[in-house]
Amino acid sequence: MQYSAPETIESALKLLESDDDARVMAGGTDLIVQMTSGMRSPSHVVDIKRIPELCGVVQTADGGWKIGAAVPGAELNEHVELKRDWPGFVEATDLIGSMQVQGRATPVGNLCNASPAGDAVPGMVAAGATVTVAGSNGFRDVAAHDVPAAPGRTNLEKNEFVIAVNLPPKPPNSGDAYLRFIPRTEMDIAVVGTGVFLAFGESGHVREARIALGAIAPTVVFCTEAADALIGSRLEEEAIEAAVLAARNACNPIDDKRGTAEFRVHTVGVLIKRSIAIATQRAKRQVGMD
Amino acid sequence: MNERVKTPEGRPYYKEIGTRPIRPDGVEKVTGSARFGDDFTLPGTLVGKILRSPHPHARLISVDTSNAKKIAGVKAIVTGSDFPDQPFAYTGPAVLERNMWHVTRNVIAREKVLYEGHAVAAVAAVDEKTASAALQAIAVEYEILPHVTTLDEALAPDAVLLFEDMITRGVEPAPEKPTNIARRANYEKGQIDTAWSSADLIVERSYETKPVHQGYIEPHACLAHYHPDGQADLYTSSQGHFQMRALTATLTGMRLTDIRAIPAEIGGGFGGKTVVYLEPLAMMLSKMSGFPVRMKMTRSEVFKASGPAAGTKARIKLGAKKNGTLVAAEVEMYYEAGAFPGSPFVNGVLCCVAPYTIPNVRLTGWDVVANRPKVAAYRAPGSPQSNFAFESTVDIVCKKLGLDPIAFRKMNAVQVGAELLGGRQLNHEGYLQLLEATERHPQYATELGPNQGRGFAAGYWPNAGGESGATVYVNADGTVNIATGSPDIGGSRASMAQMTAETLGISYDRVRSAVNDTTSVPFTHVTGGSRVTFATGKAVVAACETVIADLRARAAKIWDVDVDAVDWREGAAHPSSSNVGDFDPLTLGDLAARATETGGPIGSSGALNATGHAPGFSAALCDVEVDPETGHVKIIRFTVAQDAGVAIHPSYVEGQMQGAVVQGIGWALSEEYIYGPDGRLQNHGFLDYRMPVASDLPMIDPIVVEVPNPDHPFGVKGVAEAGMVTAMASVANAVADAVDRRMTSLPISPPKLAKEIAAGKAAM
Repeated sequence: MQYSAPETIESALKLLESDDDARVMAGGTDLIVQMTSGMRSPSHVVDIKRIPELCGVVQTADGGWKIGAAVPGAELNEHVELKRDWPGFVEATDLIGSMQVQGRATPVGNLCNASPAGDAVPGMVAAGATVTVAGSNGFRDVAAHDVPAAPGRTNLEKNEFVIAVNLPPKPPNSGDAYLRFIPRTEMDIAVVGTGVFLAFGESGHVREARIALGAIAPTVVFCTEAADALIGSRLEEEAIEAAVLAARNACNPIDDKRGTAEFRVHTVGVLIKRSIAIATQRAKRQVGMD
Repeated sequence: MNERVKTPEGRPYYKEIGTRPIRPDGVEKVTGSARFGDDFTLPGTLVGKILRSPHPHARLISVDTSNAKKIAGVKAIVTGSDFPDQPFAYTGPAVLERNMWHVTRNVIAREKVLYEGHAVAAVAAVDEKTASAALQAIAVEYEILPHVTTLDEALAPDAVLLFEDMITRGVEPAPEKPTNIARRANYEKGQIDTAWSSADLIVERSYETKPVHQGYIEPHACLAHYHPDGQADLYTSSQGHFQMRALTATLTGMRLTDIRAIPAEIGGGFGGKTVVYLEPLAMMLSKMSGFPVRMKMTRSEVFKASGPAAGTKARIKLGAKKNGTLVAAEVEMYYEAGAFPGSPFVNGVLCCVAPYTIPNVRLTGWDVVANRPKVAAYRAPGSPQSNFAFESTVDIVCKKLGLDPIAFRKMNAVQVGAELLGGRQLNHEGYLQLLEATERHPQYATELGPNQGRGFAAGYWPNAGGESGATVYVNADGTVNIATGSPDIGGSRASMAQMTAETLGISYDRVRSAVNDTTSVPFTHVTGGSRVTFATGKAVVAACETVIADLRARAAKIWDVDVDAVDWREGAAHPSSSNVGDFDPLTLGDLAARATETGGPIGSSGALNATGHAPGFSAALCDVEVDPETGHVKIIRFTVAQDAGVAIHPSYVEGQMQGAVVQGIGWALSEEYIYGPDGRLQNHGFLDYRMPVASDLPMIDPIVVEVPNPDHPFGVKGVAEAGMVTAMASVANAVADAVDRRMTSLPISPPKLAKEIAAGKAAM
């Protein structure tokens, strides 16, 4: 096995082109575990942590955020401004693994590992994230929820890799939240995860909503039906129940060692309600509405 | 003998016993220099690896190693036929039977593979990669058979048989048809069949528990070095290097004296390291290759091939009078032994009724084989499973009769002097005292909030005595070395040093405490059964008393008086009265310095088969908060009480109790072996085998009750297991209290509990 740590995006792309069996590594918290357990044995590991553009969190001109693909969770968790704008996304990333894992694990790696249960993924999808993909034809932006194709597989072309996740500018009167269910309190994998983003109009109705569901289907579910049930409402009980029903209908889970399909569908509803409550509280706290 | 000062409470006054000194092995462990099973190396050491069956049940048609042997760097390959076969015979007491015909087949398969992960061949090669390549090159022909991985499957009338000729033992007349049931045990007293009519309330329930792993952090590891002269060294991390020596010798056809077993530090055992897996394979590979061979399991191998605790099914029937007096109890339990007979089903059924006085009792236990790894001992083997079932039923009785659960246990408590079923007798007090201590604990009076519940359970574990050896040497500078044959799992080096210091009358810091190899201490049985501080402690004190007799004799010689005129107290020889003469005391240091002129080196061994051990009773008080929507259970308060006899080193006693509770909480809420329909284990890693993590747990409050055991020089009972016995039942009872639904199947996982709560709401 060959290991390379290029210092530019171009040289990383060249290395990927030179070897069909090459694999990009950011934090390595999934890849190295997979290699150790014999699940993957790439002939070439391309470590992207030495590429300076990939190592920063910057605010864009429009007030959004660009988070480099090599930025680990621990860094996001200490980023006061990012956390103020997108606490749900940062918390989702922070739920991954332990403190030691946080020092390495990246939200982009979480997305590209394409596990149905990655915590950062529903968090970023609900936040409305896109990712910037580098390839031999230059750069393109893709909606985050379009990246995973199936468990362990992405829609990226062979010689492409994600260089950043982009979060939009946070609208006024808005808030995001992510909750997951695990039987323990940490060091576990989501049995269900729900990301919710809500923006309120001045009259107190929901102006904008996004809902993302994790671990209940082969890939993250960007559930527009559930969001639509909330938009225009004032989060009346019927609106929330309609969103819960839509989210439950969008589930396509399996029974596995981590939980039953029945439990997942049930728990999606429970967590959606709780996530809506947190997102609402965050949106209202910003404008002192309560 | 030491003169002991009685405290106002009537307890002897001790200088060292009951203090909390720093453990002798602490610095090594904290700095990482302690050597565990995989930390030994010798020049030329080879890597040993095991080829394991991917099938849960298959006939082994052939194992062809010829291609693997041709790979450069492969030095030896062994299969089952390289080991001498063993006689088919059950040996040992009924509660702890062993059959070496089974043991050798568990170490490496012969006619059949009986579980996924069953060892089929082992190789020794120059490095890991070569060893892995050799495993790949071994051609195994299997005739795949149907498999049974659950008790229900194994017990089905048309079930495939693991052993085609296995006739259930313990049933008269013997059944004609073979089954997967290895043995039945039956105990009765009173007139159970007619007793039910005298009960005002009869409660009958069924329960099940899943197999769980001991979860020790250190995987099994060893290093074997067979020398050309037939002598061998065996470095092993285990709960008993004498046991590893004996099993390795028997399984490889060696003599005990030809193996020097050297104990490594041990990264947890909990019963699972009393059995042998790697050592005979490493020894045979070393013998065949001429090189030292090191072997270690991966975590996946630990889960798939080393001993979990048995899964069980239980049916409990209790009859009580309106006032709460128990009149009858019937217990029937099936224990899943895994691939070979020998689950702890006998102790299981015996333990659950032991805390009670019940006039009419019938206990039936069944030992059932299935296509899973052979179970191994796990902290109070067999007792937590039966306690969960029995104490859940007791809780139902208490609730139905409106009785306080602790008052109920006190009313029905076993009495001192009682003959327990299974031939044991309760000789000492302690149980009532711990019930009372729990009742007084502030937790018992703490008000519960919404969705919260409180559960109580009481339990019993017999503990053990048995064979132990120790040596004590007094050095010229007045320091003392002691060595025992008991691997130190729970801080026993410290407690041995404390007992030595107390007996000799010197300070703890003058005693160095070690665990020595099989050539330098007398035979010592495993560190298990909560026996070390009791039994090995007795051997240490016996050795110290011989040394004291010697020191008195030397003082008598120096003073030229009769030895009876010399007393030993506070670490020095004193004239027994002023009539003897006016001599200044001779301290241990003084006598050590004059050893050469008074008879030479001062030292002695103690070797004994310790009797008089006392049982470990425990009680658990658990408060939970249930998320009624997700079924998630949070433990919010936990108190565990145990009768320690006397706590030699209270911190380690408390640590044992807290650790036992943590394991019990995992067993109750989140741990289980999950098999697919293909008979393969799906959660063979710590990510999905869900042991509790620190943030899942509250601070667990231990109540150390001390009612001394008169049959130990310092009053020790045994503390390492009983705390586990009651944890699961207390959690289940707390959940029942919180949600008003009874969970009869462990683990009480969120999917199960959420469903049960929803069913309860639907029924309302």
